[in-house]
Amino acid sequence: MSDHVSWAGLAVAIGLVVVAAGLSRWWRLGLERDALVAVGRSLAQMLLVAVALGLIVAEGTSVWWSWLWVALMVVFAALTMRRRAPALPGLLRIALLAVGATAVVGLGVVFAIGVFPVTSRTVVPVAGMLVGNSLSAGVVACRRLAEAIDERRDEVEARLALGQPWTEAARPLLRSVLRTAISPQIESTKALGVVFLPGAMTGLILAGVDPLDAVLVQLALMYVILGGVVTMTTVTTLAAARELFTSDHRLRPREPA
Amino acid sequence: MPDLFALEAVTVRGHGRPRLDAVSCRVRAGGITAVVGPSGSGKSTLLRCCNRLVAPDEGSVAYRGADLATVDVLAHRREVGMVFQRPVPFAGTVLENLRVADPDIGEDAAGALLERVALDAAVLGRDADELSGGEAQRMGLARTLAAGAASVGGASGLRVLLADEPTASLDADAARELERLLRGLTDDGVDVLLVSHDPDQVRRIADRTVALERGRVLDRHEAGVGGPAGSDRTSRAHEAGGGTP
Repeated sequence: MSDHVSWAGLAVAIGLVVVAAGLSRWWRLGLERDALVAVGRSLAQMLLVAVALGLIVAEGTSVWWSWLWVALMVVFAALTMRRRAPALPGLLRIALLAVGATAVVGLGVVFAIGVFPVTSRTVVPVAGMLVGNSLSAGVVACRRLAEAIDERRDEVEARLALGQPWTEAARPLLRSVLRTAISPQIESTKALGVVFLPGAMTGLILAGVDPLDAVLVQLALMYVILGGVVTMTTVTTLAAARELFTSDHRLRPREPA
Repeated sequence: MPDLFALEAVTVRGHGRPRLDAVSCRVRAGGITAVVGPSGSGKSTLLRCCNRLVAPDEGSVAYRGADLATVDVLAHRREVGMVFQRPVPFAGTVLENLRVADPDIGEDAAGALLERVALDAAVLGRDADELSGGEAQRMGLARTLAAGAASVGGASGLRVLLADEPTASLDADAARELERLLRGLTDDGVDVLLVSHDPDQVRRIADRTVALERGRVLDRHEAGVGGPAGSDRTSRAHEAGGGTP
């Protein structure tokens, strides 16, 4: 196996996306432009990341630069969540809290149990795995919450009218939102090793690490990611739900579309 | 004696014109007060102000002399219950629905509540989603009664029922049945504030009306069924199906 993918090799891989775009055009799916934009953006972003990571992991660079990167990652993730669920009020503050809590708890566990040492080389990639997976779940939770409160407004108000506090009145709805957001990560964890071999383990094995060690690292990461997803969705959903109600247990009116 | 509800210059803003525009009116205790008016006139908003599902942007709403902005709203909603235009059965059986309102209610008490709203106690174990529109609406009424009972430890604590066009989605027979039940509640001392767009229904069961149009009170007058509300409450003329007064 070669240590490097050549530019020509990368071009072949991009060729597959071009084929997919061609199929999209043939079937009039309207996705070809998005697919090509995705390739362009990912190429530019990842090359920038490679340059920046190169600077960060360079000999003699303080680990604090890595932590600064993680902080920016948290802010960017929070901004993404707000953009993807604009119907929820006050979401930026909540998302910052949720993503921040997830990163602190997850990284704390990964480094405390010694999955990896705290070095410039480990902090950013591990934070990326944690925040990336939790962000997807957080976005699902936010969007589902916004839809559910719209679909089930009558039920929530009927419960409030019975004298239930908002926490009780919203509980069945919040339960279904949390289940929807968390289930995919549980399914991924179940399918581990059977349906797919996750990236960190594959990377370690390709780099020559003993497969058992690689598996242990991957398992620890998956459990921490699952914990991160639960932290993220729970904090986001409960805090965002709180914003939908007033202190005297009224459901705030719908924002105009 | 203070009014049942007193609205003072209540404004509730909407996305265009106000849903209620500086509305002042008083609702006397006793019997059935109908809130009438065309679609979009603010009837439902007025009703929701009375249990604080909606809070005024300006002005105040008082219940028996107490400003609703200062009361324990959860206790208030158990005393002033509400049924909605469309029945809202919760997931689960009828008994589970009643237990949302009163977690401690036993099967006997639940069965008695159902009988009070003219439902057979045998439906307790049925899935609430399987009820017909009329049955579901009556179950909703039983649930509201259960919430009132929970607040005072068993005896019915419901003192006012806010009914937001509760017969709008029902057929004629089911609507008449519900009207009879509302009238029966007033006989038990529960005051009813009924939103209705049906003039015949208002004539049949209301003791007085509050009329709204485009978010403003048009007029407030006795419903023309003779005498003050207190003396009308037991009149046969008010029984649903009892003929035109």
